Order: sequence, then structure tokens, then C-alpha cells
Amino acid sequence: MPRARVLIRPKEGILDPQGKAVERALPALGFEGIEHVHVGRMVELDVEDPARLGELCEKLLANPLIEDYEIEQLDGAG
Amino acid sequence: MTVETAKHRELGLTDSEFELIVEKLGREPNDVELAMFSLLWSEHCAYKHSRKLLRRLPTEGERVVMGPGENAGAVDIGNGHAIAFKVESHNHPSAVEPFQGAATGVGGILRDVFALGARPIAILDSLRFGELDSVRSRHLLDGAVRGIGHYGNSIGVPNVGGEIYFEAPYEHNCLVNAMCVGIARTEDMVRAAAAGVGNAVVLMGASTGRDGIGGASVLASAELGEGDDAKRPTVQIGDPFEESKVLECCLELLGKGLLVSLQDLGAAGLTSSAGEMASAGGVGIDLDVARVPLREADMEPFEIMVSESQERMLGVVEPAKVAEVIAVCAKWQTGAAEIGVVTDSGRVRVLRDGEVVGDMPVEALVDGCPLYDLSPAEPAGWMYGNRATVSRDATSGETLLDLLGSPSVASKRWAFEQYDSVVGSRTVRRPESADAAVLQVPEAGNAIAVSIDGNGRRVACDPYAGTIEAVLECAQNLACVGAEPLGLTNCLNFGNPEKLAPAWQLDRAVSALAEACEALGVPVVGGNVSLYNEGPEGPIYPTPVVGMVGELPDPARACGSAFLHEGDAIALLGPFEPSLAGAELTKLRGELDTGLPQPDVAAVAAACATVREAVRAGKLSSAHDVSDGGFACALAESAIAAGIGCRVDLQPLRERGCSPDEALFGEGPGGFLLSGSREALESLGATLIGETGGTTIEVAAGDRSFTVDLGAAESAWHSLSERVSEV
Amino acid sequence: MRWGVLQFPGSCDERDALHACSLVGDARLLWHEERDLEGIDAVVVPGGFSYGDYLRAGAIARFSPAMEAVAGFAAAGGPVLGICNGFQVLCEAGLLPGALLLNESTRFTCRQLDLIPADGTQIDLYRGKSSRRPTLSIPAKHGEGRFWAPDEVLDRLEENGQVAYRYAPGQNPNGSARDIAGVRNEAGNVVGLMPHPEHAVDPLTGSTDGLRVFEAVAAAGARR
Repeated sequence: MPRARVLIRPKEGILDPQGKAVERALPALGFEGIEHVHVGRMVELDVEDPARLGELCEKLLANPLIEDYEIEQLDGAG
Repeated sequence: MTVETAKHRELGLTDSEFELIVEKLGREPNDVELAMFSLLWSEHCAYKHSRKLLRRLPTEGERVVMGPGENAGAVDIGNGHAIAFKVESHNHPSAVEPFQGAATGVGGILRDVFALGARPIAILDSLRFGELDSVRSRHLLDGAVRGIGHYGNSIGVPNVGGEIYFEAPYEHNCLVNAMCVGIARTEDMVRAAAAGVGNAVVLMGASTGRDGIGGASVLASAELGEGDDAKRPTVQIGDPFEESKVLECCLELLGKGLLVSLQDLGAAGLTSSAGEMASAGGVGIDLDVARVPLREADMEPFEIMVSESQERMLGVVEPAKVAEVIAVCAKWQTGAAEIGVVTDSGRVRVLRDGEVVGDMPVEALVDGCPLYDLSPAEPAGWMYGNRATVSRDATSGETLLDLLGSPSVASKRWAFEQYDSVVGSRTVRRPESADAAVLQVPEAGNAIAVSIDGNGRRVACDPYAGTIEAVLECAQNLACVGAEPLGLTNCLNFGNPEKLAPAWQLDRAVSALAEACEALGVPVVGGNVSLYNEGPEGPIYPTPVVGMVGELPDPARACGSAFLHEGDAIALLGPFEPSLAGAELTKLRGELDTGLPQPDVAAVAAACATVREAVRAGKLSSAHDVSDGGFACALAESAIAAGIGCRVDLQPLRERGCSPDEALFGEGPGGFLLSGSREALESLGATLIGETGGTTIEVAAGDRSFTVDLGAAESAWHSLSERVSEV
Repeated sequence: MRWGVLQFPGSCDERDALHACSLVGDARLLWHEERDLEGIDAVVVPGGFSYGDYLRAGAIARFSPAMEAVAGFAAAGGPVLGICNGFQVLCEAGLLPGALLLNESTRFTCRQLDLIPADGTQIDLYRGKSSRRPTLSIPAKHGEGRFWAPDEVLDRLEENGQVAYRYAPGQNPNGSARDIAGVRNEAGNVVGLMPHPEHAVDPLTGSTDGLRVFEAVAAAGARR
């Protein structure tokens, strides 16, 4: 079965406090020069019918009001 | 030295322990058996250095329903109901991975309580870390608080109280002790003992993976050294959503009478629960690992037997009821599998698809571990070092602000606001609003109070007196809300018992715990021991943590610790004889040393009774126990919480023979700070010292008199959140 | 007034909501697999961590059979009250506008605070007291309660009087847009709020201001 990966990230312009918290913590851990950190989610799945992925993302995996998503086919199929 | 003998040492068994196992089996153990013995014979499971000491503790009482040896203790609360409670540690895992370590600590103690058939109704936690100027300690604090909040909030059990301390000796070995309180109808409570030869053994809950394999023997029976990052894979991952389903499922199964006995899976997983159930019941158990639902492919039998995957329970079920049990589990969307049977063999047998891969006598496995005597020796002098962070030249007003802002004394609001303290609608007194949490118990028409207390630093000064103080502190906290103690649970957190000083500390502390409980008439209904809390720089402070549950007839009368009215009189009650020995100020001045005054338990108990009765009679506006930071801090706390200042003269206290500094900042048991009408306070025999009102805290104490603005005191007391977020 | 309180795997405030509803009517639990709202006059979608808040808070619960029935009930004008996780479920289901995001502090926060209800009461916070207290003292306890919607939507909500509850000045615990604590749908029969009125119905455990929230829902139901 084809395997896909969906990356879900907060929409630009919406405050991402998790991303900010990570960004703020980095210098103390010795990492300089890192900006615009955003924290999102990744979902991986085996899917019989990759054509339905868009619908799955719109309905469940992401909330289109506040999130953008990106679908990646992992086996090179489709 | 053969490869065989080296293996047992790697698993934490001594050569003589290994030889004893060979003798009891009549042959050498195979891998499955060796793994199981190494876990059940580890310090964490077998209590080999503490079990003899624990026999000193008083465990009987007319209100005791379940005592030590069951999954948790329980006391009768009236009207056919019982309150179950216990405290447990999860120290070593939390030092490695604080979020999951603390979260699974909460998960584990919840399971201990609902394994009795009691619905959990409250969580409390006692945490100790190194000083906050250490990045590591801030990281551990942050992770632990998030983890406790994550687990407790998700499962819907309110966190109603706790304590957090910051002391250098905990830098490498933080302490995370979690306490749970539950309620059950006494006749519905179930014991862990497996019974009924031929009955089925059913595993319920989450599937089994490689979580925590070797956790018990590797982490909890050895000191943490360099490179403990490599131990990360052995930390368990918790899923509170799964636990919420398992909890409801088990309570429904028990309510329907479908289970003969129930046991939770904690340290050493299937090995310990199956072994302990068989031992308690005087029976044998056969388990087939091929029938255990697995999360990871290709797990070996020994891995399946010692896995510490969370959110699993083991039940004994009559064969005719197995199908119904599985159906109830399906309704709650949680796993269920019949994996074994109760036998009369007196042996634990592990099978894989019917083939025997392990076969051990129950008695050898569970009770055959040798128990060791300690070789205690009192250390010569103070062994923990000192670091001054305040000047002796500071004015007393500045000193008060230093103490209020000291992280161990300061308000823990930053932490407890991350916990849901109201779910369940029982919480009458929320965190920091009174000296003990108060929960209404409409089932019995009354209420309970709960407190968890300990002070490792003072126990390090004098393990005997310091431990007695911990018990008295708890009793005083309960008295402030009008509660009478019903039972006690304890977690003994100490260093390496094979070393002279920690052995001496443990020995003294247990004796003191026994004396205090006998004198107060409070039975010990259960507890936990965590040893080997030592890092490269030495042991932690000896830290007995005490959790107490008490009852009160009318929750509406539970006093808060904040002043209530302007113009109320303020008084001191109790045999309070403040001393700077072991005090927070002494720590800040870098002058800690051994020695504490000996507490007068009977006098403190009498004061508790007086305060308790006064609170129940509604005679007081506020009641607050004097502890960290001494009397001045107690005054400030009552004032800050109310937004009402006070004017007080400590001359009456000084007449007991203490210096101004001791009167202001000295510590010790037996001090109650009360407010109310003059007449009421006088009728109790309390010593009037001032009155509430205004916007300043004004204290007359000879040449150390001071006036501090209430706003400044409040800023200092609420400074923890800034200290924690310093990056 | 007959209340139905939904119960999902992972709900934890449903029993408290059930108790609160039983103070203002009759109440029963509705298991998430039930579709039958027969005899129910008002629905409460309670707080908690339905499905562990996995994926997004409320994202899975909104697809349950019971929620499908609630959607139909709401479309027909039935009163629905969503509390905390319930508010999140209603937003995910599209029955209320906007979304609830992670608190600005990134931390779960449990705190008693003051809400300003938009029910026409004259609010005069600075000069003396009105005969009816203008704010409700109710506890909030959540990690993902920051209400957000695009600016055009927020403007429309304000114009239409769809902001049902606001945090009193200085008391916003999560950074929500315009201090919004709760909103209504256009028709006014579906209300969601982050704070927990069911934990403010007993003087012993806090304030009793939460009863006003349930009374408002009951009044809306009675007007049908």
C-alpha cells in the first residue's frame, strides 16, 4: 500500500507560542542565529487510495482555518 | 569468572544472591528466570535494606480498612465508605526524563488506588530539586510540573496540594513523590490476592512494549552516574487517555462483581503483579506470553515479563465471567486478553505457546530475597556543605523579603495553576488557600483533609527530631482546617543504605516515624521506600515525606490561612520554641550544622486538638501553621493572601527565651498563627500578639523590629515564576 | 428543562456538568455512540480531554454519532452549550465560528476569574456598584483556550452581538483575541465558552455565578 506523509503547520500570521518558546530557549543551549521557529505536526499513513488524502486533510488531519498542510507521497507512487 | 556469573551482576544481583537463587531453584536460572529474579530481588521491589526497619511502624487502628501490603491503604470514613491513599516515588526516572518520569509516577499511583476499587478523587505531589540557579534544576522542575499536570488533568483527577523544595543536595537526584486519594464503598473494595484454582488471569489495558525494560534493577537500585542519557530508552511513556479508559473499565468490572482480584502493573510489570498476586493468595500462576497483546514485534519472553509498559492491570476472573469482562473492556475501548490461569502449584510458570520457558517457586521469587541489616554510623558533623546567599547585615525587613522570595518558601502558584484543582466538584479548599486541602465527601456526609509534608534539610540536621517534625507538620496542617488524622502514608527517600551515614539516617528516621505515629495514634497504612539517591557529590538530604488524611465533620467550617477581617486579633498558640537550627534563614546565611531541639510531641498534639476544636466550632477567622521561614513568614503569608496588613509585637514569644532573630525567623513544630475575635482567642488560651489591618506588615521584635509594605511582600512571595523562566 | 450531557472517552467534567444541570432541571448522560436525543430540551458538550485531545482538541469527538445528532438538533434551533473541550468540539464541528489555540503561555492554567456576560447588564466596573454584580466569578482551566478567528470574522461577531462572554480587563488567561471567552452562533442557540460554569454552582466549592450560564441556556430553550 502506498505510504504518505502529511506535514501540518500553523498558518502564517497566527501566534505560535510553542514555536516562540522553542526559539527563545535555543541561545541558552548554545544555538545562535536561529529564527522564525514554527512547531507543527506530522502524520504518516499507509493509504489505499491516495486521491482521498486531500479530503482527509481538510476534514480531520488539519483544521484549515488555522493550519496549512502539505502531502508527500513516500514511495514515489502517484 | 564465567560469562554466566557476570550476567547476574550486570542485572544487579550479588554473587551470594545468585547462589541463593540457584539453591532455591535446585539449578541455575535460565534467562527468563534470571531477569525475573533480578527485578523482584532488586531494592526497589524487595525492600531488602528497609523491610526489617519498616516492621517498627504501627499499622493497626480501628479505622484501618486496608493496611500495608495491599495496593494502597484505606481508612473508614463513615457510612460504609472508605478513603484509600498512598504515596510513591518516581525519583530516578524523573531525573532522566522529568516529563514522562513525573507523568508515569502519577499514573502509577492512580492505578494503585483504583486497583482497590476506589475511584481516585485527588492527587498531591512532593517535589525536590537543586537550587534554581542551575539550568538542570529549572529543566527538571519545568518538566516534572508539566508531566504531573499533563497526566492528572487529562485523566480528570484534581491536584489539590503539594510542596516543592530547592536544595543543592537534590541537584543530581531530584525527588518526585506522588500521592493519590480515592473513595470506595468499603464492601466493594477488592484485595490483590489471587484466589480460586482454575480461575483465569486476564491482562487489561494498553499493549505491551519495551518500556522500562530493566528499569527497576538498573535505575532504582543503583546510583546515577555519568552517561545516564543512555538510560533514556528504559523510561516509560504514559498515556493518560488510556488510563482514563482502564480506570472506568475496572470500576465497572468491580461494580458488577466480575473480578475476584485486581492488581496494577508497575515496577517489574507482569513479573511483580503475577508474583505478588500468587504470593498473597498462597497459589501458583501460569502465564503464556504468546497471549500477551504486544506493541512491538519479536519480543522475547523475558522482555514481556519485565516490560513496564504503562496503563495495564491484571485481574483474576472466574472462567464463566471471562467473556463478559472482555466485553466491558471492549466497550471502554481498552485491551483485554486471557493470558493465564491460577494453579495450586505454588509456582510461577512462564510459557510460550504452551512450552514452559520459566518455572520458579512463588515463595522464592517474592519472599525469598535476603533481607539485610544496616550498618549505621553517625557522621561526624554536617556533611552537606553551605553556601551563603544573604548577608548577616541585612535588616530584618530585607531578611523577610529574602525569605519570602526564597524559592522553597515562596508561593508555588506558578506550579499549582498548571494543575486542575476543581474537577470532581469536591474541592472546598484549593491549593494555598488553607494549610491542607479539603474535599467534601457527600457519600459520608462529611469531608476529608489531606496534606503532604517533609523537610529533608531539617532531617539532615537531626534525622530523629526532623522526622518527628515532619509528622507533626502534617498533623498541624490538618488541625488548621479542623481535621483529625485517620492514617498516614510515607515515602522514605534516602541515599545508599550500604554506606554508613545514610544507613544511620534511615534507621533513625524510621524509629522516629514509629514514635510519632504511636504518640499521635495515627497508623501507617502504606508507603514506599526509595534508596540509592546519591550522585557523584554524595547523598540527598534524608527525606521522609509524610502524607496524612484526616476527617472533618463540616467542610464549611474549614479555616483558610488568610486573614479574613480588618481589626481581628492575632494570636500565637502552641508550644512553639523557635530556633535557627536548620532554618531556611540559616541555610541562606550559609550556617547549617547538625542538631535540632527535641520536639514535645504530646504538647504539640494537645495544641492540635485545641485548634481543631476551635476551627470546628467556627471560632476562628484564620489558622496557619508556622513552618518555613518562621513566624514572620507565616504572618506575611496570612497577610498577603488576604490583602490585609497587620501590626504585631513578638515580645510574648521572646519571653519564652529567644532572641529577636529567633522569634522572627526561627523554626520548629508547635506554632499556630490564629486570627479572630479577642474573646475567642483568649478563650483558647492563645497568646495575643496584635491585630490585622492596614497595608503594612509591622512587627515589633526588640532591635529587629521592622515594617514592610504589603505590596513589596507580595512581590517577593510571588517571584517564583520569574526565577523559573530565567533563561 | 431536560438536559443531555455528552460523554466521550476522555471526558472528565461531564459528571460535574450533569450535577450542575440537575440543579436547573432534569439531566442525563448521552454516550457518544447514541444518536437519540428524544426528550432532550438542551445539550451540554462538556469539558475534559475527549480522545486525549489527540490530533487537535475536539477534532475526533466532533465525528461521533452523538455529535452528528447534536448538529441536527442545533440546526433545528435546539439550545447547545459547549464548555471548554465542548467549545473546542463545537468549533471543530463548524457549529461555532473560530478556533481555540494553545495558550500564549504554552501552559495549562487553572484560575478563578471574572467574566463579563454580554446579556445587556449595565457594566460599571469603576464607579460604584450596580444592583446586580456585572461579572461572573467562574474558574477557567485549560491549555488550549486562546480563541482566534480572522479579523473580518471577529468584526462580524462583535457587530452581530455574538460575543457571549469576555474576560474582565487584565484577566485574560490565554491571550485570546479581544479577550473573548465565549461566543454564540448567529441564530443564538449555540453557545461555547472556555471557563467552567459547572464548577461555580456550589458555595462550598467556589462561587454560584455559574448557574447564570445554565439559566441563560434554559431561558433560550424555553423561548423556542
